Amino acid sequence: MSRIADRFAVLKREGRAALVPYLTCGDPDAATFAKLLSGLPQAGADLIEIGMPFSDPMADGPSIQAAGSRALRAGMTLEKTLAIVRDFRARDAATPVVLMGYYNPIYRYGATPFLANAKTAGVDGLIIVDLPPEHDDELCLPARDAGIDFIRLATPTTDDKRLPTVLANISGFLYYVAITGITGTRSAASDSVAKAVARLKHHTDLPIAVGFGIKTPDQAAKVARVADAVVVGSALVDRLAANLDEHGHAKPGLIEAVLADVAALAKGVRAAR
Amino acid sequence: MSQPNTYRAGPDERGLFGLYGGRFVAETLMPLILAVERAYDQARNDPGFARELNYYLEHYVGRPSPLYFAERLTRNWGGAKIYLKREDLNHTGAHKINNTMGQILLARRMGKRRIIAETGAGQHGVATATVCALFDIPCVVYMGAVDIERQQPNVFRMKLLGAEVRAVTSGTATLKDAMNEALRDWVANVDDTYYLIGTVAGPHPYPAMVRDFQCVIGEEVRAQMQRAEGRLPDTLMACVGGGSNAIGLFYPFLDEASVKMIGVEAAGEGIETGRHAASINGGAPGVLHGNRTYLLQDGDGQIIDTHSISAGLDYPGIGPEHAWLHDNQRIDYVAVRDDEALDAFQLLTRLEGIIPALESAHAIAEAGKRAPRLAADHLLVVNLSGRGDKDIYAVAKRLGVTL
Repeated sequence: MSRIADRFAVLKREGRAALVPYLTCGDPDAATFAKLLSGLPQAGADLIEIGMPFSDPMADGPSIQAAGSRALRAGMTLEKTLAIVRDFRARDAATPVVLMGYYNPIYRYGATPFLANAKTAGVDGLIIVDLPPEHDDELCLPARDAGIDFIRLATPTTDDKRLPTVLANISGFLYYVAITGITGTRSAASDSVAKAVARLKHHTDLPIAVGFGIKTPDQAAKVARVADAVVVGSALVDRLAANLDEHGHAKPGLIEAVLADVAALAKGVRAAR
Repeated sequence: MSQPNTYRAGPDERGLFGLYGGRFVAETLMPLILAVERAYDQARNDPGFARELNYYLEHYVGRPSPLYFAERLTRNWGGAKIYLKREDLNHTGAHKINNTMGQILLARRMGKRRIIAETGAGQHGVATATVCALFDIPCVVYMGAVDIERQQPNVFRMKLLGAEVRAVTSGTATLKDAMNEALRDWVANVDDTYYLIGTVAGPHPYPAMVRDFQCVIGEEVRAQMQRAEGRLPDTLMACVGGGSNAIGLFYPFLDEASVKMIGVEAAGEGIETGRHAASINGGAPGVLHGNRTYLLQDGDGQIIDTHSISAGLDYPGIGPEHAWLHDNQRIDYVAVRDDEALDAFQLLTRLEGIIPALESAHAIAEAGKRAPRLAADHLLVVNLSGRGDKDIYAVAKRLGVTL
């Protein structure tokens, strides 16, 4: 079983949903990010989603766009992202790590060496926003062969006819994007999320994670009642950004502030059912 | 690489031209892309659609555009016989409206009630705002803040036409960022919005669809050259940013082995300076904006800043079909610097009384390099893709003139 499947099996026994915080790798700089990352499991992260920064993040809103720009300015690369995961994994053997991003940096790196190095580093899953099932031969199938879960997004536009195509070849979990839109903008109504999760459950036994537009512990708790995992990204990135000085450098207390938010979200998720 | 039987079979059902093209978009957009593909397949097989499009191309756009024998330019260079395909004489002053007219009719058939577009130089934005005014459809145009600054006349034109121009400040604040922002808008407004892409790039079916709408250029050239000279042209030349005017001229001739074709990229201050926009001559294959093609990028796969005096060529990619035609060596892709384009801009203006767009001036400059070495009966067609009125402020600034 993969680390992701193991974690969801444990959570199922505990009868609760997972909290999945998202942060962009190398934001605001590599050292601060690495410290932040190492504090996430203790703060209540059940899985961790790490963004691979890209110059042209088409599916992201202003918060995560800015996070990517900060990380790239500070010198983050795909190679360094893998090194940061490797260091994390050396100290934490259990918390699943999912890399999320866009295809071009991986394509440029080479899919085969990337998958080999990601596996060695301890990466458990990949979410590549701009690789739909129509291009599964590029990375999805090779990832499966390499023992890395390929996770896909389903959206409100993914109807029953298209859903089987989206579900084919994926493992780990299914990521339901609760809104039609980019990250960090509007929030979804919780009854529509419940309906959507029920529809997806009808088609798959995979755990369903829900993300996009979830900002507060209260919203996270509502989603945790109906979904298997709650992803929170832009709200944490905004907290991080609020703790930067005018040069974009980390102010004292940044790490504690972000981890406190993660802890509050975790509390919400754990109290939900 | 073995030569295909035809260069006109692509793309395949996945939208691929060999390695290039495809549909690299977020899942939210996939159902929309597939719907556009279905609607376009129906439309192009419907004689009623062609009739409607041809009506507007003739009576509104002003087609066919002339194929003009440039006698003084020919004499000046003392070699090949130079013909100019006068796309600058279309309504709105460029080839862009061939495509916007086709796509607006498609959007109407699909029942879409809102149009979004991206623009660099503003030519595609004006062409989109124009057809939206004609058919009374709300229009939002995304434009990089840097481009808004250097293309003020077109910004004002779009506003007069009733479009909302939204300044894009993210990234490098140019055409690629405008395209990112248009895609973000589309993801957020899937129900009623049609994304009217301006060049032969983006996810399938756009590269093929925009090409088809632009092919009227090459088809007219074939008939006009037959009337003028009784034969095929020998060389075709066009500037290439995304590459829609070039593919429109080239495509109908791709299987004519005797016809040589040259695409002219923007070398900016010179390829070796790194300040350019020549994706094929200075880039490598990658994936951006829904398709795989040659891109200007660094070793980590991050897209890098481009530079060209011409806002319309200032884009880090090129249409996927061009990438494929380059790899197959069917078309030569060369690059021309800012200063060379500026010289050609002034030369054509003085000799023929035609002010070309800075984009088109790149093709004129390349023609000037080759024409003197060619025989007097060599028929060289340059696509004059747009007129240069929009560029007079930028040119004046470069020449040190205050308007």
